[in-house]
Amino acid sequence: MAMSASAQLSKVVKRQYMELPQGDQVQAMYVWIDGTGEGLRCKTRTLDSEPKSIEDLPEWNFDGSSTYQSEGSNSDMYLIPSAMFRDPFRKDPNKLVLCEVLKYNRKPAETNHRHTCKKIMEMIDHQMPWFGMEQEYTILGTDGHPFGWPSNGFPGPQGPYYCGVGADKAYGRDIVEAHYRACLYAGVKICGTNAEVMPAQWEFQIGPCEGIRMGDHLWAARFILHRVCEDFGVVASFDPKPIPGNWNGAGCHTNFSTKEMREDGGLKCIEECIDKLGKRHNYHIRAYDPKGGLDNARRLTGHHETSNIHEFSAGVANRGASIRIPRTVGQEKKGYFEDRRPSANCDPYAVTEALIRTCLLDEEGDEPVDY
Amino acid sequence: MATSSSSKLSKAVKQQYMDLPQGDQVQAMYIWIDGTGEGLRCKTRTLDSEPKTIEELPEWNFDGSSTYQSEGSNSDMYLIPQAMFRDPFRKDPNKLVLCDVLKYNRKPAETNLRQMCKKIMGMVQNQHPWFGMEQEYTLLGTDGHPFGWPSNGFPGPQGPYYCGVGADKAYGRDVVEAHYRACLYAGVKICGTNAEVMPAQWEFQVGPCEGIEMGDHLWIARFLLHRVCEDFGIVASFDPKPIPGNWNGAGCHTNFSTKDMREEGGLKYIEESIERLAKRHQYHIRAYDPKGGLDNARRLTGHHETSNINEFSAGVANRGASIRIPRSVGQEMKGYFEDRRPSANCDPYAVTEALIRTCLLSEEGDEPVKYN
Repeated sequence: MAMSASAQLSKVVKRQYMELPQGDQVQAMYVWIDGTGEGLRCKTRTLDSEPKSIEDLPEWNFDGSSTYQSEGSNSDMYLIPSAMFRDPFRKDPNKLVLCEVLKYNRKPAETNHRHTCKKIMEMIDHQMPWFGMEQEYTILGTDGHPFGWPSNGFPGPQGPYYCGVGADKAYGRDIVEAHYRACLYAGVKICGTNAEVMPAQWEFQIGPCEGIRMGDHLWAARFILHRVCEDFGVVASFDPKPIPGNWNGAGCHTNFSTKEMREDGGLKCIEECIDKLGKRHNYHIRAYDPKGGLDNARRLTGHHETSNIHEFSAGVANRGASIRIPRTVGQEKKGYFEDRRPSANCDPYAVTEALIRTCLLDEEGDEPVDY
Repeated sequence: MATSSSSKLSKAVKQQYMDLPQGDQVQAMYIWIDGTGEGLRCKTRTLDSEPKTIEELPEWNFDGSSTYQSEGSNSDMYLIPQAMFRDPFRKDPNKLVLCDVLKYNRKPAETNLRQMCKKIMGMVQNQHPWFGMEQEYTLLGTDGHPFGWPSNGFPGPQGPYYCGVGADKAYGRDVVEAHYRACLYAGVKICGTNAEVMPAQWEFQVGPCEGIEMGDHLWIARFLLHRVCEDFGIVASFDPKPIPGNWNGAGCHTNFSTKDMREEGGLKYIEESIERLAKRHQYHIRAYDPKGGLDNARRLTGHHETSNINEFSAGVANRGASIRIPRSVGQEMKGYFEDRRPSANCDPYAVTEALIRTCLLSEEGDEPVKYN
């Protein structure tokens, strides 16, 4: 069985220890994005009392040469607390602390996209940009094969699995259930889940979140998913095309609206944004996965409910388009639109920033503007 | 699966017994360091009431011929209680009691390095020496192979594991979580944990502790780790280089400061200390593992974020040096420094004593000075 050895350690024994009282002391687990732009890292420190807000959390540092982020000879990097959540693994009063990473000279690390995203969000915060992101992922065994798939073969073709129920349709629901509760406890804005088209593939949705919060909540939700899977002894993969061939890829469809779009007649604003996006396709493709489009090239084929990576398209209720306008929005003439291009392993800070730059700051061309 | 048979005994059955009330009687588990200088031993006695302080705990003795500490013909050795902690396994009101070992003639046992350390710390207590030690360790199955590693092979190369999350990155987190809580409950000054560079390798940090407290808290933290691993059916190893080749070793980086170093302009004192340390490298290497440097020779290669055992070096934010000055300390011109040489299986009493002797008592040369 391709579950980790760790998963077989006694949880009864562990529970006995986790029930020990801890006095006033609090464990704060600092979480950050490593040099790959996709991987998450974490370490814990003891605090003397429960932090009530992010300001109560001190800066910290770590060895960047062990996370693909710096050289050994000058390896200290800074962790700046940015968002705090309740810890569903260690429970109250303990905390999870999402952090920004700064280099030794206090400039943002290469994969710290939050820094610029926050600046951009502040420039237009009066427009109240809301996001909802649909995070798809695949559960794998520790052997790298999708969880529940026959070890030397394939399940039956796609069709019965999407939103399915039954042991022959839904593979690994325990993880999904555990993750949902963990997110609710933590204060992450999870708004739904469903089984996806490929067996062992699932989706959860985070939102609506305003501005910088979208990235914070999605990264926290991803961390919680990795930790939950670790406890079960399996692995969550955000690879955009884990199995080549006639199997769905995994995306992170991003829903977006501003106050104006949500009000009467907002459809006009939506259509204007789509026009702008239509002229800047390559810039967005580069922002929508951590390899500048190379990861998405395996996913955005034009098949399996994706658009082709080389072409921009938009349409009402069209899941083969780059941008889909939900039918209800088309009818009510207001609401939001869905950008279906982002990859499952995208950086939500980069994605949300790109949408703001193009749609609200009217940027054009291949490069972001330096403000 | 290389977990012990003990770990498969029913924990539900055990819980029923542990829930039995014990009246006024208290179990005190006496803990000591054996003849290897690395191994811990323990035995328990019943007391009639809860001891409130260390003075209430009586002296005891044990058979040193069974712990590599004496001959059978004259084997009684004394246990002198020195530090008391709450017992996270048996819970309140029961206690864990860290002890000094004395020989039959009441002189310190060979591996009782606490006694001399306490004397040295007493000489400099007005300088308020603070320590923080970063204890690295490796989890092994009872087959001696690192926990979670494929039984007939190796995991993918180092890179993704440091501070990692996920079943393919973090091996054995349950042990770490249980140990952290056990330390907090016991009153051990554990200040953090992280996954280390090699898979199945972890680190916890104890401190800041002043003087003799550093050794006491680290030894108890080690005992708690062994006991927690025993409950899970796996093993904690403090071997400094458990797997040869392109796999990290395990150290016990020791952070040190005095009141002077922590105050404005303290960097001057830090630099003076480093100069003294540079002149006494061999003496420290001999103090930094239980085999006079032989264990560390396998670890301190100059690769894998270590310095070379034959050379002394120091630098700001440099993890390949013997001594690292954290970047923030370099900027604020005060704080502390990190001695990266001690081995994971070092004796913290020996390490902290050596730092005091060289940096604060200005000793030189290969031998420690004998004070009256």
